[in-house]
Amino acid sequence: MNDLLRRLLFLPPQLSRHARDVDGLHFFVVITTLVAGFLIFATALVFMIRYRRRREGEATPEVQPKHWHEAVFVGVPLAFFLLWFAIGYPQYVETTQPPPGAMDVFVQGKKWMWKFAYQGGPSSIDVLRVPAGRPVRLLITSRDVIHSFYVPELRLKQDALPGRYTQTWFQADQPGRYQVFCAEYCGLSHSGMLAELVVLPAPEFDIWIAEQRRGEARAQDAALTGSERSMPGSSILDQGRRVAADQGCLKCHSVDGSRHIGPTFIDLYSRHEKLTTGEVITADEAYLTRSMMDPAAQLVAGYQNVMPSFQGRMTPPEVAAVVEYIKSLKTPATDAGPSEGPVYEPIPR
Amino acid sequence: MSQFPDSSPPVFAERNYLNTPATGLKSWLTTLDHKRIGVMFLITTLIFFAVGGLFAMLIRIELLTPGPTIMDAMSYNRMFTLHGVVMIFLFMIPAIPSGFGNFLLPIMVGAKDVAFPRLNLLSFYVYLLGALIALGGMIYGGADTGWTFYTPYSTTTTTKVVPILLGAFILGFSSILTGLNFIVTVHTLRAPGITWNKLPLFVWSIYGTSVIQILATPVLGMTLLLVAIEHAFGWGIFDPARGGDPVLFQHFFWFYSHPAVYIMILPAMAVISEVVCAFSRKNIFGYKAVAYSSLGIAFVGFFTWGHHLFTSGQSAFNAGVFGVLSMFVGIFTAIKVFNWVATMYKGSISFKTPFVYFIGFLFFLFFGGMTGVALATVSLDIHWQDTYFVVAHFHFIMVGSTIMAFLAALHYWWPKITGRMYNERWGLVGATLVVSGFVFTFLPQFLLGNEGMPRRYFNYPERFQALNVASTAGASVLGIGFLVILVYILVSLKYGPVAGPNPWGSRGYEWLTPSPPPLENFDELPAFERGPHEYHDLPGVEAVAPGAGSSHA
Repeated sequence: MNDLLRRLLFLPPQLSRHARDVDGLHFFVVITTLVAGFLIFATALVFMIRYRRRREGEATPEVQPKHWHEAVFVGVPLAFFLLWFAIGYPQYVETTQPPPGAMDVFVQGKKWMWKFAYQGGPSSIDVLRVPAGRPVRLLITSRDVIHSFYVPELRLKQDALPGRYTQTWFQADQPGRYQVFCAEYCGLSHSGMLAELVVLPAPEFDIWIAEQRRGEARAQDAALTGSERSMPGSSILDQGRRVAADQGCLKCHSVDGSRHIGPTFIDLYSRHEKLTTGEVITADEAYLTRSMMDPAAQLVAGYQNVMPSFQGRMTPPEVAAVVEYIKSLKTPATDAGPSEGPVYEPIPR
Repeated sequence: MSQFPDSSPPVFAERNYLNTPATGLKSWLTTLDHKRIGVMFLITTLIFFAVGGLFAMLIRIELLTPGPTIMDAMSYNRMFTLHGVVMIFLFMIPAIPSGFGNFLLPIMVGAKDVAFPRLNLLSFYVYLLGALIALGGMIYGGADTGWTFYTPYSTTTTTKVVPILLGAFILGFSSILTGLNFIVTVHTLRAPGITWNKLPLFVWSIYGTSVIQILATPVLGMTLLLVAIEHAFGWGIFDPARGGDPVLFQHFFWFYSHPAVYIMILPAMAVISEVVCAFSRKNIFGYKAVAYSSLGIAFVGFFTWGHHLFTSGQSAFNAGVFGVLSMFVGIFTAIKVFNWVATMYKGSISFKTPFVYFIGFLFFLFFGGMTGVALATVSLDIHWQDTYFVVAHFHFIMVGSTIMAFLAALHYWWPKITGRMYNERWGLVGATLVVSGFVFTFLPQFLLGNEGMPRRYFNYPERFQALNVASTAGASVLGIGFLVILVYILVSLKYGPVAGPNPWGSRGYEWLTPSPPPLENFDELPAFERGPHEYHDLPGVEAVAPGAGSSHA
């Protein structure tokens, strides 16, 4: 029954007890609405047929309501509305009260990516790994504008606000991969601000997080370790690639030549670029560095002025590493790398 | 008692507001006649409705496929912002109150004009000024913030958000001036015989709307000004880095904009109360309940704004209070729905175009309203907030209910305003297209929201495509419906049969005067002995109302 109604209403699978509870209320609300709608419109239809105009200018009797009519009109809907509320409100309150002992994950939204940090240092971009069957508390904030963390399968949404923390919690039942959306409009790539929720069996998660903590000094970016090959003997390129992912460069600049919000990184070095001013420049080290510090100064024609300045947000060695990384990206030497966040596989219905 | 002899053939009033005192453009632009100002409002708002509708069609075409279809992400973001701004500030808020309200309210209270005719004309020009500044901002660059202008996005975006904010700020003054005018008119200019309990229900709802306009619009003005100041000078009012509060904006904004929803829906209820009585030939079931529930909605509507902030980190206590209060607005609406249905009981129902729009209105208001109450249960809102479910919900209310009522009003009062009848057969075709097109546009969006598709998404995962295509298909039917209406309504201006003073046989006060009405509204002021919705004491001889048959010509 639950599954049939869920599919009829196009609801995604239920990943937690909370999701099942909310769907229960959803079904109750839909059924009472349809029954009430049927009664009202069937009554209206009977009136329309029975009292259709048979003769122009007919006189009609004056009908006035009795007090009990109005009492029913107010009382019956109010009773149902308050019943819905009495079910729904405690469900909401529960999501605001994490159980003691829940694992904390710090969530940071920024244009246009999600950063997830675990206690003890490990962090990842756009992939949130959690253990199945254990409560997880999310402490959510934003670095720029308002975003909203949304996982439909959890029936859970919480805004990410700059300058303060909000919290919510969940306990996922099933291992699997689910999509995280940004639900609060945040600009050009709002619909590209996707992340992935990976629910691992608890023992597997324990192994993963222990490994992350051990390898903390080596690689922080868990999102890229899986899909990337290391380039032996070129640690500055590794660093550059990591910084580029960390700082979000790759959210807007592709490394495989595909068109995106900013110019692609591949073959960018020493390319001749036409600017919005009409001037043609060569993208050398100086231009690349300047573009990170003051992106609006020399904007490539055809692109919007949306890139923030990274002045003060990267150390000089990091800037140099990113420049070296861009220099290394040449057509014959490069495999298609990560460019637009996680590869998402649709969940079969 | 100055009833028109019901057996005379339909006449087009020789001396009417369209040709007195003059017919030139200048006489229109400098007129103080509330009827002409109302007509100018109607024409202007309809032009903006066409512009907003064009944006809507472009949005739906863009969403046919994931990724870019006909435009890039920046154009899309500007497009939905402009769609919202144009539809809400330039069409929805002024259309029924300033358009039909201006034309009808003074006639319905038996007055010669509104209390302050010069302020009334000023309201129109303030509206034009605001509209031109906002339009200038759109042409000059457009904004990409959504019509809600949420900070800190709106204060940091590089798009031209200031002229549009300024335009909306100026439009607010038009709203205030008109509201003020109506309140004073209803209090001071009622003709002898029209007591408060004999006011047409249209007037009651417009009165409720005016109260909201006066009390809430200044808050919007201040809020928009603060955003403009922050955007231009960076004072840090909403910037947490400088001690500001980004959520404060949401409280300010919805303190106006939630009541603004009732500025949009109360006038629709005003129209429907008139239409259901006229086409059922029946007194309204529970006059006082319908009249006072309008005031109830206007009052409680001020205390529900927090239900827009369930996910933005407000306390659980606040969420509970705002949730319960939101349900009371639902109760006032439920009272009206039940009373409208009960009004048909023992009536004499005629399925003319306005009545078909009433059926559509009732359907959309019921489902729009029930989904609204469902959203107020808090836990369901957490899933639906900022998804297409909310988009479908408020379009059911704003488009489904308000536009249906607007179209009902346009057809019902068309003979009064122009003196001519539209073609009834084409009217029914248009109504069928619009109502069914609307259902097919927005039903899929409820399901999209259930499935989890967030709103304002330029790109979307492929599993959402089928429902998006269905929605776009429905939107095309809706668009064709509007085109059909535009054609036959324009044709009727010249070729429509003469309507006569009262083609519907309605008892409303505005039908006691010739069509189109004379400059002074009534040649000779009626005694208003009968209420505006009373049909029970008709003598049998008044069988056929003048012009009733001509609509089929």
